[in-house]
Amino acid sequence: MSQKTEPLLQVEDIHISFGGLKALNGVSLEVYPGEIMAIIGPNGAGKTTMLNVINGVYTPDEGRIFFEGKERPLKMKPHHVAAMGISRTFQNLALFKGMDTWCNIMVGRTQKMHSNLFSQGLYWGMSQKEEIEHREAVEWIIDFLEIENIRKQPTGMLPYGLQKRVELGRALASEPKLVLLDEPMAGMNLEEKEDIARFVLDANEELGYTIALIEHDMGVVMDICDRIAVLDFGNKIAEGTPEEIKSNQKVIQAYLGEAEGE
Amino acid sequence: MLYRECGNYKDTYARDMAIFPIPFDRWGLGVMLVLAFLVIPYVASNYWLSSIMIPFYCFSLAALGLNFLTGYAGQVSIGHAAFMAVGAYASLILYGRYGIPLLPSILGGGIVSAAVGSVFGIPSLRIKGFYLAVSTLAAQFIIEWVLTHWKWVSGGVFGTVDAPDLQIFGWIIDTPVKKYYLVLCIVVPLVLFGKNLVRGQLGRNWQAIRDMDVAAEIIGVSLFRYKLIAFAVSSFYAGVAGSMITLAYYGAANIEEFNLLVSFQILGMIIIGGMGTVLGSFFGAGFMVLLPIFINQTLLALLGLETVPSDLRANIELIIFGGLIVFFLIVEPYGMARLWHTIKDKMRLWPFPY
Repeated sequence: MSQKTEPLLQVEDIHISFGGLKALNGVSLEVYPGEIMAIIGPNGAGKTTMLNVINGVYTPDEGRIFFEGKERPLKMKPHHVAAMGISRTFQNLALFKGMDTWCNIMVGRTQKMHSNLFSQGLYWGMSQKEEIEHREAVEWIIDFLEIENIRKQPTGMLPYGLQKRVELGRALASEPKLVLLDEPMAGMNLEEKEDIARFVLDANEELGYTIALIEHDMGVVMDICDRIAVLDFGNKIAEGTPEEIKSNQKVIQAYLGEAEGE
Repeated sequence: MLYRECGNYKDTYARDMAIFPIPFDRWGLGVMLVLAFLVIPYVASNYWLSSIMIPFYCFSLAALGLNFLTGYAGQVSIGHAAFMAVGAYASLILYGRYGIPLLPSILGGGIVSAAVGSVFGIPSLRIKGFYLAVSTLAAQFIIEWVLTHWKWVSGGVFGTVDAPDLQIFGWIIDTPVKKYYLVLCIVVPLVLFGKNLVRGQLGRNWQAIRDMDVAAEIIGVSLFRYKLIAFAVSSFYAGVAGSMITLAYYGAANIEEFNLLVSFQILGMIIIGGMGTVLGSFFGAGFMVLLPIFINQTLLALLGLETVPSDLRANIELIIFGGLIVFFLIVEPYGMARLWHTIKDKMRLWPFPY
C-alpha cells in the first residue's frame, strides 16, 4: 500500500512534554492515502498524546504537521482541525449520552450544516431541507454499521460494543479525509472485535477512508493494518509492515522486556 | 383516544422529522392551544388571568430560556433573573422613553438582554460547572448594582420605573383579558421557535457540548460559538419574559422583582420540571407558580387549617411546598417531564403487555 505517494498526513519531529514528563520525543509519522495504519506501543507510550496533537487538543512544543501537503499551524482549535477533514473516536467512550443514536451521528455532520438560527427556529426553507438531506446521510451510515434497531435509543443506555460502533459512525459522518480511531476494540469480546474489524475494513476498502488507529490487540492489528508504527516512552522505535514489526527485536524488547543476561 | 406511536408509520424522513411526528401530540397541542386561546380567557376570573396565568406564562418562558442554557447546553446559570431585569428595563426605556412601538420594544428588550447575556457568557469558555455558576452569580450582582445606581436607567436609588399604558397602534391594552392575549401571542410563537431550535442542529450541538465538550469540539462543534449562542438565546428569552412580566403584570420595573431568589426559583423550575425538555419548563413554572396558590386556597381548607393564625399558615404553606419539592425530586429526579415520558413509553403498547 505504501507506494511513494504524497502522504496525507505527515507529522515531523514532534516534541511535547507535560511538566517534567516527555510524552513525545521527536516522533515523526506519515499516513498515506487509502491505507490503514496502526500506532501501537505499551501503555504510556504516547499514542493517545499523538492523536491529541494531530487533533489540536495539545499544542506540541516543537515539530511540524502537514496535512495534504500543506503545513498547518501547531496551535489550532480542534474544530478547525475537524473542518480540515480529520475525525476521531475516543479511547474511553465519548458519546453524547443524553442523545439518541441518530442525533449523535448527526452531530458528526455539524461542519456540513450551515442554516442559520432563524431558519432553524422556523424550521422553514434551508434548514428543513438541510435536516432531511443530512438525516438521509446519517441513515446511510446507520445502515452501513447495522445499527438500525437502536437509531432512536439514547446512547447512554446502549451496551458497550454498540456504543463503540455508534462512535465509529459519528466519526464517519463528517466524511473525513482521515479517521483516527483510539482503541476501537478495547474491552470487547471476540465477536464484537470481529464486527468492528469488519466495519473498519469496509470503511477502508469500500468507502475509501484513510484510517489511523491505536490498538492493543496484536492479532487484529497484524490482520487488518497495512503499516504499523511502534511507540515506546515517547519515541518511535519501529515502523513497517506487520511482518517487519513481528520480527523487530526492539519491538519484542519493548513489549516483553529486556531478555536478562543475554 | 390512546397515545399511539406504533402503527403510525412514516415513509419519508420529512415526516419523521416533523415537529410533532405523532398525531396524538398534534391533537394534544391543538387542545392546549384552544384551551389557552378560547377557553381560559372566558372562563377564568380577572384575578386568575392577571395574577396567575400571566406570571405562569412569563415564568415558563424564562424557564425555557434557562433550560436552553442549563438543560441543553449544560452551562449552569444562577443569574437568570438579572437577564430578565435587563430585558424589563430595556423594553421600558425603549417603549416609555423613546416611544418605540410595543412589540418591537419587547423584542428589543430581549435583544439587549441577549447582548448582555453573551458578555457574561464569555467566562464559560474557560470555566465550567460550579465555577461558572459562581461567575453568573457575579452577573446577578453586577447587573442589580448597575440597574439601581445608573440614574439614566432607573431614574433613582430605588430602581423603579413605572410602565406607561400599553397600546398597539392605538389599541389600548388595559384589561386583564387583553394583557393575557398579548402575553400568550408572544409566548406561543417563541416556544415553537425554541422547540425547533432544540430539535435542530443547534440543539444537538448544545447537547453535545453538555454531554462531552472535548469530544464535541474534536468532532467539529465550535465551543466558543455555540456556548455564546446558548447564552444569547437564553438571555433573549429571559429578557422577553422579564419585559412582559413587567409590562403586563407588575406594571413597573423594580429591581426587587428580579433578585437572586427569583434566579433560584427559575433554576428550581427547570430542575423540577425537567432539564433539557421544553415541556419541563412549563411543568416547572406551573409547579412553582400554581402550587403555592393551590396550597393556599384548597389544601389548607381540606386539612381544616383555616382557623390557625395567618403567620403560622404562611409557614405551613411553605413547609408543604418544600415537602412537595422534595417528594417530586425523590420520585422523579429527572423532573416532571420525565414522568410524562414514562407514561408515553407505557402507552406505546398499551393495553398489550409486550
